[in-house]
Amino acid sequence: MSTDIATHDPTTHETTTHEHAHPSDWQYIKIALLLAVLTALEVFTYFESVHNLSDAVLYVVLTVLMVLKFVYVVAWFMHLKFDSIIFRRVFQVGIVMALAVYLIMLTAFEIW
Amino acid sequence: MTITTDEVSTTDEVSEVAEETAAEETAAQTATHTVAPHADHQATSTGLSHNKLLMWMFLGSECLLFGALISTYLLLRERLPEGEIGPNDVFDIPFTSASSFVLLVSSLTMVLALANMNRGDERRFRIWLLCTALLGSIFIGGQAYEFTAFYNEGLGYTTNIFSSAFFSLTGFHGAHVTIGIIMLMSLLVLNMRGRLGPERAETVEIVGLYWHFVDIVWILIFTIVYLFPQ
Amino acid sequence: MTQVQEQGTVSTEVMPTMSAQRGQIALPAARVVASPMGVFARPQASRGWKSWLFTVDHKKIGIMYGAAALFFLVVGGIEALLIRLQLAQPGGSLLGASVYNQIFTMHGVTMVFLVIMPLAAAFANYLLPLQIGARDVAFPRLNAFSLWVFLAGGVFLNTSWFLGGAPDGGWFGYLPNAGITFSPSHGMDFYAIGLQITGIASLVSAINLIVTVINMRAPGMTLFRMPVLSWMLLVVQFLLLFAIPVITVALFLMMFDRLFDANFFNVAAGADPLLWQHLFWIFGHPEVYILILPAFGIISEVIPTFSRKPIFGYSFMVFSGILIGFMGWGVWAHHMFTSGLGPISVSAFSLSTMFIAVPTGIKILNWLATMWGGRLRFPTPMLFAVGAVAMFTIGGLSGVTHAVSPADTQQHDTYYIVAHFHYVIFGGALLGLLAGVYFWWPKVFGHRLGEKLGKASFWTLLVGFNLTFGPMHILGLQGMSRRIPTYTPEDGFTLWNAVATVGAFVIAVGVLLIFINIFASRRRARGPSPRPAPGPDPWDARSLEWMVPSPVPEHNFDEVPIVLSQDEFWHRKYETAEDGQMRRVATEVAQKGDAKGVHLPSPSYWPLVLALGLPIIGYALIFNLWFLLLGGALVIAGIYGWILEPPDDPEAPHDEHGNGEHGGEVMGLLEEGSESLVANGAVANGAVGS
Repeated sequence: MSTDIATHDPTTHETTTHEHAHPSDWQYIKIALLLAVLTALEVFTYFESVHNLSDAVLYVVLTVLMVLKFVYVVAWFMHLKFDSIIFRRVFQVGIVMALAVYLIMLTAFEIW
Repeated sequence: MTITTDEVSTTDEVSEVAEETAAEETAAQTATHTVAPHADHQATSTGLSHNKLLMWMFLGSECLLFGALISTYLLLRERLPEGEIGPNDVFDIPFTSASSFVLLVSSLTMVLALANMNRGDERRFRIWLLCTALLGSIFIGGQAYEFTAFYNEGLGYTTNIFSSAFFSLTGFHGAHVTIGIIMLMSLLVLNMRGRLGPERAETVEIVGLYWHFVDIVWILIFTIVYLFPQ
Repeated sequence: MTQVQEQGTVSTEVMPTMSAQRGQIALPAARVVASPMGVFARPQASRGWKSWLFTVDHKKIGIMYGAAALFFLVVGGIEALLIRLQLAQPGGSLLGASVYNQIFTMHGVTMVFLVIMPLAAAFANYLLPLQIGARDVAFPRLNAFSLWVFLAGGVFLNTSWFLGGAPDGGWFGYLPNAGITFSPSHGMDFYAIGLQITGIASLVSAINLIVTVINMRAPGMTLFRMPVLSWMLLVVQFLLLFAIPVITVALFLMMFDRLFDANFFNVAAGADPLLWQHLFWIFGHPEVYILILPAFGIISEVIPTFSRKPIFGYSFMVFSGILIGFMGWGVWAHHMFTSGLGPISVSAFSLSTMFIAVPTGIKILNWLATMWGGRLRFPTPMLFAVGAVAMFTIGGLSGVTHAVSPADTQQHDTYYIVAHFHYVIFGGALLGLLAGVYFWWPKVFGHRLGEKLGKASFWTLLVGFNLTFGPMHILGLQGMSRRIPTYTPEDGFTLWNAVATVGAFVIAVGVLLIFINIFASRRRARGPSPRPAPGPDPWDARSLEWMVPSPVPEHNFDEVPIVLSQDEFWHRKYETAEDGQMRRVATEVAQKGDAKGVHLPSPSYWPLVLALGLPIIGYALIFNLWFLLLGGALVIAGIYGWILEPPDDPEAPHDEHGNGEHGGEVMGLLEEGSESLVANGAVANGAVGS
């Protein structure tokens, strides 16, 4: 069965990204700065909305910013960008499962 | 004694299926073929550490825990009867923004602590770790202040459905942060006693994963609970 | 100071031997656990009750899970008999409504959480490492912790009988009916807290077993060479991993509503009672598959063995199991068709429920196809397995009738439902698990269960089962509601209730026969004229656990087998000749079990200490918050004792231990550890070749 290894070649490229060295401190700081800016944008949008924005726009903008922050922390600070695909899958399944199940539940409650 | 042709076809199927399985299998195969079968010191099938896998499993599970709490909050806030004291009456967005920022910065100090540990710079590791724990404590202090302020404005835990849901969700998160702080301080003590050096940086990384997870949960809570229009 | 302790003792006493042995098997003699702080020394007993209390051996833990499950089976069974006695005749007055509520609630809770789940956990603990060729689970101490927490939770729940009344709100505890207004006793508090405690056990065990399967397979044991049982158990652990947090939140909300006057289910304040139903069933439906999939796995091991054929459509079996696991998350609202969900939700969930019958049907067809043309034998395990398939099929079919929402509206909350889920959970899950009990008994205990008594128990159970639950279909369609404590002669339920009660006692006889069998076989095996020992492979079976002696030695495998194919053990015994005939090629393929000095994890006190703290916290929440100090102290002591515990053996492989376990490793070892870490990382990065 050791010949199987050869047939697995296509899958190896998925893992090549792991060869990146650890990000430098400066990269971490840049990410943190970005996160700070995104948070500031969120708060700004919130206060702006009181006068100028419709609720719909506000929801969309805030959600996008939230997801961006979420992804940056997970990818960089939690190292998922550089780590094994198994970790990524486990976490993704958790998130997808939670999103699916609870969105369906809230939809059944007709709260939107 | 007959055997059906199925015996053969099944194994064919299996090898086909095996080809479809993802990189983990490659890793598994590579790993297993590099290990001497008799050795007791067998590398893990995937080459991943047990402990880190454990933490990621736990975090995957936590997604559903916080998902349920956030959904409960969304539902009950929506069902809050007119005239009851609600989010708009109590939330202090500038204050909460500040404490969100504090928690965000603590994530940065956490990665810096880990990076220094990986480099073997234990002194800086300790400094950044202490910073992280301090920032976490400031966040918890802010939460305590916020809860007190809400209470003084007439929003107790049992006041209405919104208050029960709000305090439970944020309280659950606060409890997670508190546990995180205890873990960070334990790391610090272990390190000062010489029981946690760079060779065990993975332990720091795993605690860090927990810490960042608590941070991303707050990212969700901050936006969904505080910023979304009521 | 601690630092000095470890470095001092360990380095002086162990280093010399260790350096000679690095990379080899460590001899137990070199294991010096002496510590100046005696409290941190690990327990040593290998015999007697201490060896069970502090064990971290997955096999002992599995056996204890099984014993606990059988104990609770008796408890839950007595509750069932009381229910049937109360309903035997119209106007029954044995129990009275209030006690009746408690009895049926505890019957459900016990059977689901304290019988089927731990019985499945027993198989998972005992067999999963053996089937994938591992020496233990990934986190042995966490494994012991799961067991004790489960047991603590089970005992905690049952102490409610003596502390003001058991839970009385039904096993799914619908709120606000189970709220403080309508259920003022402490019963539902015990329910909310007790199930959170057992939930911790399930969650920890799930993570542990998933890591074990992912990380600890024998060389060559790819995921798709694992036996179907291992696969089903793996799917179940994933279901637990994601379902337990949902019920935890639901129970937490219930607990705070009841104990601290929160408003989650306070309808007067605007809350929505459906919130509980949604959360409960989001957990509850995966839970149904958590109950049944282990039995499916066992059946998939038993049937091929006694048909002398490989499982038909292995990959279909695996993928249908995974599919059931996934789809189980999309059908929960079919428990709520009558709650006013709205037509769209009802149609959607109706459809998804019908679809989930497809992968289930695939499994049934594959079992039949496995038997087709095989050389069938029908010893007791096979009888139970085939019986389980037949009974489950009946239950599955009545389940499909619930998917049709208009019909479900009629069946909802009637005995038709009771009949349905007993056919799947008793007829499917329990009979399947009992098949496993008979099948693996010789492996676990080194002697067989008697065939005569075994077959008698099977037929008694089967007849009693159908006598009890068959008539409930009719009762349900006649309109008899669940959970009513009594009925009148005019209702027309008299005949079938009487039959069902007779059936229940026939079941009791069947269960009794199992216990008699257990004790009789044990006595005979220890007596002056025992039957010949069954040997490692009594059934001519197919997977790795049959390769090791019976009972399994503590270290499992003398040497970890290299796996070349699915049904590895079978292929070591047989090969197919050119004429298509199957020939036995090897007679002595089993290991002897006499390997010396295999490194094993040492026993530990702390899992037990930690687990004991949890029910005390539970009592504190219900009765007096001051007890929190005691419970909290135990928990904290448990956690820190655990973390600071000296490594049992400096030669321990880096990855066989729980989080933060490497307290006082010796420097040379650390280098080795980090080397292996680097090696591991390299493999993970796919960089081995580069």
